[in-house]
Amino acid sequence: MTDEARIAELEKQFDDYVEADNKAEPKDWMPEKYRKTLIRQISQHAHSEIIGMQPEGNWLTRAPSLKRKAILLAKVQDEAGHGLYLYSAAETLGRSRDQLEDDLHQGKAKYSSIFNYPTLTWADVGAIGWLVDSAAILNQIPLCRCSYGPYARAMIRICKEESFHQRQGYEIMLVLNRGTDAQKQMAQDALNRWWWPSVQMFGPPDEASPNSSHTMKWRIKRFSNDELRQRFIDQAVPQADVLGLKIPDPDLKWNDDRQAYDFGAPDWDEFFAVVKGKGPMNKARLDHKVRVWDDGGWAREAAMAHAEKESARRASQKSAA
Amino acid sequence: MKDSDKKQGKSVVNDDVLTYCLRLGDNAMVTSQRLSEWVRNSPTIELDIAFANIALDHVGQARMLYSYAGELEGKGRDEDSMAFLRDEREFGNVLLAELPNGDFAKSVLRLFFYSAWVLPLYEGLNQSNDERLAAIAGKAVLEVRYQLKHSAEWVVRLGDGTEESHKRISDALIELWQFVGELFEADEVENRLADAGIGVDPTSLKGAWDNTINDVFARANLTRPDDDWHLTGGRSGQHTEHMGYLLAEMQVLQRTYPGCEW
Repeated sequence: MTDEARIAELEKQFDDYVEADNKAEPKDWMPEKYRKTLIRQISQHAHSEIIGMQPEGNWLTRAPSLKRKAILLAKVQDEAGHGLYLYSAAETLGRSRDQLEDDLHQGKAKYSSIFNYPTLTWADVGAIGWLVDSAAILNQIPLCRCSYGPYARAMIRICKEESFHQRQGYEIMLVLNRGTDAQKQMAQDALNRWWWPSVQMFGPPDEASPNSSHTMKWRIKRFSNDELRQRFIDQAVPQADVLGLKIPDPDLKWNDDRQAYDFGAPDWDEFFAVVKGKGPMNKARLDHKVRVWDDGGWAREAAMAHAEKESARRASQKSAA
Repeated sequence: MKDSDKKQGKSVVNDDVLTYCLRLGDNAMVTSQRLSEWVRNSPTIELDIAFANIALDHVGQARMLYSYAGELEGKGRDEDSMAFLRDEREFGNVLLAELPNGDFAKSVLRLFFYSAWVLPLYEGLNQSNDERLAAIAGKAVLEVRYQLKHSAEWVVRLGDGTEESHKRISDALIELWQFVGELFEADEVENRLADAGIGVDPTSLKGAWDNTINDVFARANLTRPDDDWHLTGGRSGQHTEHMGYLLAEMQVLQRTYPGCEW
């Protein structure tokens, strides 16, 4: 059998194996494209958690009550933790965290485009929790059953914490909408700015989504972008009603035949422009990440140097003994 | 003793405990504020997590202390009124806590100095005749023990690590040393509370602090400056010029939208 034929056979076995809902583990043979696809997806997800600390971190020192400050600190801390689990999951596929972080710093890796928008008021912290974390949960719950074991296991833990994040965001919005006119206006303004970018978090429409078909076959992805987007909207509309907020989509309307909401088309030109770097905060987010990394270099070097000195000291003590 | 004297005695103690809780609460609050600034800005993701975690512990301590202070005062002020609606001159934290973060070396050394002081302070308060204070301190001791260990480890790494890290932490040491003496000063409030077995005499903390610092400095190749001249004023609300900016940022929403729920 030629090498090519042998690989084709292994690939066929692998496809059948994951299609039967079995889990692939780090030491199993896997197609190179599967490995690359997962590294790309898991590291993008990790980068999103880490870059996502910036817009919310922007309000840590200005949270309006001590309870809110505590919750926001816990949330941003969770995001850093999620970033770490996900980098670990990606490392099981053979790319180190240093390499992955370097890809981000070089601008070679992407992260969720939603974080290229600024958090301008306190209500943005609420809107992110309510909408962005809702969208993230819808994207992530199916990943708890994803075919790659380490990713699926990381997602189970992450999803539990995300649902707390979503609830705290919704609660911020609820309290604002029970408050003064200025607070209600703040909440509506945040919804107006975050609605469409959140709707776009599920990616381009199915007919324009280049990576979807093979990720579905491999059980990395289980639902299409448009299916998840519909779920998000059907879930958000009644929540907005409870809040007394108006979703900024004139075409939004209940469709009795479909038993779902019809909605307007997001501005996909804007979406692709932001993905390609032309969003309000793309440069600021990446510059911040790179600056922090560079500024901290001396401290990381010191920790390494100290560890090396310590082990040399231990070794010389041992040889003297 | 006449009844009126007793009442007066009780209210003096009450006022003293109130002042004391606010000072302790302000130390925790201001420390938390500075630590929060590091989150998303530190040298590693692990350090972001540690800073967030320690900041969160301090918010928790501040909330307990402020709530108790509000109850003692009995005028309906809650934890948020204490944090967001008092002015700079009413804050009684030590100056060390409010200084700008500077680089990582300065922040780590400040956290270490502060933790080496506040740990024996909370350990002492855990034995307080005031049960509520004792309970708050008991919870805080566990948190502060971790942050002392964490910051001490970093002081050693930086002091022993590279030429650059050694220089940075040595520079930080010179800058911060003038704020250390204030930690061990006592005023009348603290003396009365120490006599009543409610508070801890700050001068009594010096020995434990010295031991911790000497031990860690020996491992970090750092030498204590021999100049003990120091700045003071935090307890009586005379702060550095940095404090106003810290509060302006922290209090902005409560001040801009008075009387709102958040």
